[in-house]
Amino acid sequence: MTAIGTRPAFLMAPALAWLVGLMVVPCALVLALAFFQRGVYGGVDYTFTLENFGRVFDPLYAGIFLRSARIAGTATVIAVVLGYAAAYAIASCRRSLQPVLLFFAVLPFWSNYLIRTYAWIVLLNREGLITQLLRWFGYEGEPPSMLYTEGAVIAGLVYNYLPFVILACYAPLSRMNPELAEASRDLGGSAFTTFRRIILPLTLPGIAAGAVFVFVLSIGNFVTPALLGGGRFQMIGNLVYDQFLTANDWPFGAALSMALIGIMMLLLLVQAYASDRASTRTAPVREDA
Amino acid sequence: MKITNDRRARGARAILLGVSLAALASTASAANLVISNWDGYMAPDAMDAFKAATGNTGEVVKHATNEEIMGKLVASGGKGYDVVFVSSPFAEVLHNLGLTETIEASKVPNLANLYPEAAGLAYDPGNSFSVPYTWGTTGLCYRSDLVKTEPTSWNDLLKPADDIKGKTTMLATDRWLLAAGQLADGFSVNEIDPAKMEQVKNTLIEAKKTLLAYDDTTFYAKLVSGEALMVQAWDGWCNYGITDNKDIKYVIPKEGSDLWVDTMVVMKASENKDAAFQFINFMLDVKNHAWAAENILYKVPNKAAMESLPAELSATYPNMAMPVAELTKYEVLRDVGEAQKEYSRIVSEIKAAQ
Repeated sequence: MTAIGTRPAFLMAPALAWLVGLMVVPCALVLALAFFQRGVYGGVDYTFTLENFGRVFDPLYAGIFLRSARIAGTATVIAVVLGYAAAYAIASCRRSLQPVLLFFAVLPFWSNYLIRTYAWIVLLNREGLITQLLRWFGYEGEPPSMLYTEGAVIAGLVYNYLPFVILACYAPLSRMNPELAEASRDLGGSAFTTFRRIILPLTLPGIAAGAVFVFVLSIGNFVTPALLGGGRFQMIGNLVYDQFLTANDWPFGAALSMALIGIMMLLLLVQAYASDRASTRTAPVREDA
Repeated sequence: MKITNDRRARGARAILLGVSLAALASTASAANLVISNWDGYMAPDAMDAFKAATGNTGEVVKHATNEEIMGKLVASGGKGYDVVFVSSPFAEVLHNLGLTETIEASKVPNLANLYPEAAGLAYDPGNSFSVPYTWGTTGLCYRSDLVKTEPTSWNDLLKPADDIKGKTTMLATDRWLLAAGQLADGFSVNEIDPAKMEQVKNTLIEAKKTLLAYDDTTFYAKLVSGEALMVQAWDGWCNYGITDNKDIKYVIPKEGSDLWVDTMVVMKASENKDAAFQFINFMLDVKNHAWAAENILYKVPNKAAMESLPAELSATYPNMAMPVAELTKYEVLRDVGEAQKEYSRIVSEIKAAQ
């Protein structure tokens, strides 16, 4: 073997060992767990069964999956619309200003996820800042109940994952050759037509990447529904958490996790396929624009 | 240079050897216990005092919930822990799994400090595998200044009057969430009959519609802020609310309460059983056990410790003065075995209900 031939393997070894040891093996263990039975007192009874996967499709649990998908989907749509608009605005600014604006967009990531979520509790609770502000403006009646609602959960998810969408959409928007839009205008396309037929298709991979990020992170989230939903909204992440940490039904929790991972993998595949297709039809980009 | 380095290294090795020999020598006479407990559930300096009293050292690891420590104990067969603090149904499970050691009463003379009733608890009569550390009730904690009528029944929480709709919380942990419905419907807190549990489930799904949140940890703060006006609460936690607002009151509904007991168990896999018994004996010491009552604001089953408490304590927190005979008439939560799976499912259904 030549020195050149061995080097890549040598360089890859730590990352590979990390991935296999801390990703592949644990996931395989969880998968294996899903085929066994729950012991009477928690723990695992090592008797083979497919029952856990059957239970995933039980209307109760399938319903929780669907509901999680709906909440995550709503959060995704809102985050994509807001994030795309923000990314578009940033990309339209002076080049020198853009890094500063991006910096502010990702600034919330510098504080802890839990703290950011608690901040929403401070804002939304019945005696919270929003209510106080309303009172200051002379509002007298019963304060609106905003916390512990589905809306609060969605707001928390959108807020926390918005920067992902901004970053994902900013990349293709900032790289886009402005001459393409100019050409469209010159050929008589209205601003809306230009956006719909030129800009949007070219930036679709960014939107897809941002959307998948938000959806995948939202559907498995359990912190936000627990804190902002007040435990009244069971999402799939909470269900998995409960199986492992309160019901002590590890095999069923494992089966649920596998179903969740399956959904996520499917979405990532679709996204990879979409961005692959988009990149083959994208016009060459100019980096120096 | 090389020589000096070698010499220095050899010197360091010799010192290390000396230190480890000394450590070995000290473990031969004194044990190092591993104790798992909830955060803040014993005096911060308890282990120093334990060392001063017995010569044994101990390391306290913390668990956030019963389920968390149960997961670890079941997975490891109890290895790695000497004394564990768990609630009574979980102590019962550990016993059924054969993971607990029999308590040798002769090595725990302070058991004599306990009320006689503390040795007659249904899950472990005679304290054969567990020693009660704290006990209490689960009832209604409310803002007496803001509710129109003072609650007397579980139904005041489950079917609330208009003025408190959307301003109530219930506990999120399976057994206590279910207990509210079981008691309201007139059943045992250990009821497992499917038809009766179906009724309990419907009661609780109906109650969910008027609920602000399920909350195990911040419900008393919600009362203090006025976000909630009535909550299902463990008596000791209601006391934390009373500390901040004297208008907060605690009542046991007329249908009753469960009697919850947090216990200490010694693991069968422990290699330091004598020291583990010494530790339990140390915790049952009047002064140490009174610390728990005064600081956690939970009742303790220690007669001598309860009698040593200052009178102001029960004046401020009336439930601290509840007579033992009244407390122990309530039913303790038992392990329900296979039915736990059904309990989990019912709770999932309640939480998923729209």
